[in-house]
Amino acid sequence: MQRIGVFVCHCGSNIAATVDVKKVVEMALLEPGVVHAEDYQYMCSEAGQAKIAAAIREKHLTGIVVCSCSPRMHETTFRKAAERAGLNPYMVEIANIREHCSWIHKDMEEATKKAVILARAAIAKVNLNTPLKPGESRVTKRALVIGGGIAGIQTALDIADAGYEVDIVEKTPSIGGRMSQLDKTFPTLDCSACILTPKMVEAAAHEKIKIYTYSEVEKVSGFVGDFTVDIRKKARSVDMDKCTGCGVCQEKCPSRKTPSEFNRGLNTRSAIYTPFAQAIPNVPVIDREHCIKFQTGKCGVCAKVCQAGAIDYGQKDEIVTEKYGAIVVATGFDTIKLDNYDEYAYSQSKDVITSLELERIMNAAGPTKGHLERLSDGKAPKEMVFIQCVGSRCSDNRGKSYCSKICCMYTAKHAMLIRDKYPDVNVTVFYIDVRTPGKNFDEFYRRAVEQYGVNYIKGQVGKVAPQPDGRLLVQASDLLDNRQIKMEADMVVLATAIEPNPDVRKIATMLTASIDTNNFLTEAHAKLRPVESPTAGIFLSGVCQGPKDIPETVEQAGAAAVKAIGLLAKDKLLTNPCTAQSDILLCNGCSTCANVCPYGAITYEDKEVNDHGIRETRRVAVVNSALCQGCGACTVACPSGAMDLQGFSNRQIIAEVDAICR
Amino acid sequence: MQKLIDRIRELLADGTVARVLGWRTGDLPYNPEPAYFECEEELQDFVYNGFCGANLSKYMIEASRLEGKTLVCLKPCDTYSFNQLLKEHRVDREKAYIIGVGCKGKLDIEKIKKQGIKGIESISGAEIEEAAESLTIQTIYGEKTCAYKDAMLERCHVCKGKEHQIYDELIGDSSDTTDADRFAQVRRIEAMSPQEKFAFFQNELSKCIRCNACRNVCPACSCRKCVFDSTKFDSSQKANADSFEEKMFHIIRAFHVAGRCTDCGECSRVCPQGIPLHLFNRKFIKDINELYGEYQAGEDITADTPLTHFTFGDAEPSIVGERG
Repeated sequence: MQRIGVFVCHCGSNIAATVDVKKVVEMALLEPGVVHAEDYQYMCSEAGQAKIAAAIREKHLTGIVVCSCSPRMHETTFRKAAERAGLNPYMVEIANIREHCSWIHKDMEEATKKAVILARAAIAKVNLNTPLKPGESRVTKRALVIGGGIAGIQTALDIADAGYEVDIVEKTPSIGGRMSQLDKTFPTLDCSACILTPKMVEAAAHEKIKIYTYSEVEKVSGFVGDFTVDIRKKARSVDMDKCTGCGVCQEKCPSRKTPSEFNRGLNTRSAIYTPFAQAIPNVPVIDREHCIKFQTGKCGVCAKVCQAGAIDYGQKDEIVTEKYGAIVVATGFDTIKLDNYDEYAYSQSKDVITSLELERIMNAAGPTKGHLERLSDGKAPKEMVFIQCVGSRCSDNRGKSYCSKICCMYTAKHAMLIRDKYPDVNVTVFYIDVRTPGKNFDEFYRRAVEQYGVNYIKGQVGKVAPQPDGRLLVQASDLLDNRQIKMEADMVVLATAIEPNPDVRKIATMLTASIDTNNFLTEAHAKLRPVESPTAGIFLSGVCQGPKDIPETVEQAGAAAVKAIGLLAKDKLLTNPCTAQSDILLCNGCSTCANVCPYGAITYEDKEVNDHGIRETRRVAVVNSALCQGCGACTVACPSGAMDLQGFSNRQIIAEVDAICR
Repeated sequence: MQKLIDRIRELLADGTVARVLGWRTGDLPYNPEPAYFECEEELQDFVYNGFCGANLSKYMIEASRLEGKTLVCLKPCDTYSFNQLLKEHRVDREKAYIIGVGCKGKLDIEKIKKQGIKGIESISGAEIEEAAESLTIQTIYGEKTCAYKDAMLERCHVCKGKEHQIYDELIGDSSDTTDADRFAQVRRIEAMSPQEKFAFFQNELSKCIRCNACRNVCPACSCRKCVFDSTKFDSSQKANADSFEEKMFHIIRAFHVAGRCTDCGECSRVCPQGIPLHLFNRKFIKDINELYGEYQAGEDITADTPLTHFTFGDAEPSIVGERG
């Protein structure tokens, strides 16, 4: 029989104002196994911990229940306090009577009743607890960064500068990401490439950084400190060691009709291509789907013109398997598809474009060589309309519920740049709200209005209708003047909502990292652990976690790097002793558990068993506790109940349920 | 049937198999029972007719531990169960010599009795050779007839087809006896209000006497130690303590066999209380088909099972939650 102590925390008035803590103490004393119960104002304080320690020693407690806040807050505190007093830390259970009770209830009687029940469940569990001992696991001192945009590059640079090896895996043929597609950056209007490319070069030249471009993460196994990752290096069809990057192959390639991804499909590229001039590595890839040689077998021009003999049509995808201690996700974003926004005529008119397309039009390396012109007829626009929040802050299911955060600023930037370069162009911006928090951001927006005469109208655009003369009729409402507006425009720019890169779902699944309903990766704590995923060893950098601009992305990239460095600096990690165990007498050997185990921790062995006198060899499940992370998937999949999780055994869970239902 | 018996005799005589798993005549004309046959004389009682509904694949778990090969007679639908057991490493393929026996639908004596046919002395037309359209039944009240189709087990109306999924040799012809929609009744229950559903299952499951026949016959319920018999889980002593736990037994059982149940229908066939237990399993099968793509347990033993293999195309929990 256990000797259990129950400690009820007031949490100041956080708990005590809603829960009658004396009553909880009184009721706890009636529970089987409980030999001591007391309440205190702040159990987590030094004095509170001292009370726990004293009770453990004086009453010879074998287990304790702390009725307090969420175990995510102070479970470690109380486990350590118990350990100092000579108790196994896994003999400590937390009954969460704050988040689960006092904070969500108003009625004291009801809340007290619930607190008593929660305490009862925890006591029932402790009655079945057994001391557990954590093991140790090693830390591979290398980090993986998934995504080679500014977030990934910055994280990699920061980790590498701390002296650890970093690999960047980038899906496209070059690092650089979204930022490489931008023309100028707010609020200083410096050229995006001018500030990005030095970072790209630095990353490429860094002795601690290895870059896998045109590569994807294929499989992830293992756990914090010891991940094993398969990286698929897609066949480039060009030998990276031989290629000099001269570019002749791209000039001579006869297949030139593929829409350029880098220029958002506004112009075309050759089948053998580097996405942009400053690409790193400056080695082209052959897009096999559009290559005449791969499609018909007849061509081979690039191989003929390549002086270096770098073209290799026979190249195959290669799988590289590497070990990592930490993984940083920096998969970035894309703009949403506009299929649900037909009223803006995006699919009907070439002159209705997204803001990211405008970035390419404004850029000297873009499809119009930086001249602002209509894509339909090449004429210079005189009247431009910007529509804000296209798909952002959406209350119906057409778009996204969130604010994309960057659109107000880049639209001010676009408006300002256009007014500066083409003073004869009228610029009108339709907005819901202008949101410009950030250093020098509001000043920037006001400059657009006051200095550059950009016409901001609060109101939403209902319809954009292409006219027979090629112009665009914009119908909108002006909410401040309460009037309907009909105006003609030459070009309409849509501030299209951003969403996480679609691949993130697959990556999150591989990493067992959680994502929210908008596919943004979830942080471990919205305020206190914003760059860590709830999955240990997985960190978040950039827009994959939520919309943010470049300064914020770089900040978060640095923060993610620090967290990764903190992990890599450790030589050993303590492993969770709450791992699964198989009862060989109950095991059917059916392999169900091995099929569901995300960590590959279960194998099958032929073992000699003695089943109540019957000796035979049976195929049974064996758990490698170094690999098991205690997720419990096997325990629920096992039809015979042979799999059980230490610290969370089926009996313990049922005991808790029984205690609640009693 | 003679061809089958001749071949069995041959294989037993030449030592290919050490024993035979088949059916022997029961004490009534319509209740043949599963049996082992180890020698020539024992084969006198061997029978294979329309009443041999019993799925013998589960017996192969025990037979796999015996010395030598066991010849097992499997109907097309039984082979799905055998395959599923093979997939779960419960039977040893090397220890089985499978004769795929022909099947043209199996009979349900309850259906015959329901037509008011009582005092049965003998039944002809249930033999396997001729595809009889109707059964001729001698009763103490005189001769009665009954259309074969009207006497078929429920499961045979939603036959999985005439193909054996695994066998060493085939004897006899089979036919696909499907003439009903497998999920029609599931759909009817799905359309009920929660209260109606509860009342329906309350009514059906209240008949349960916890004889465990469904569990004991089920090829998917083949744990070495059933959780309901184990002292480890505090569940054995609770069984049947009240009407809630009576229902829980069947619901837990349905969850335990979900994704592994081949829909062989044995649970409903053997239930002495006539509870349509297969409906639980069919609901799971229908849901699995709709959420994770068409899947037939035991069809392809190399296929990934929908409930234990994750794919990126899997339905999100929210979708599963919303549809109920």
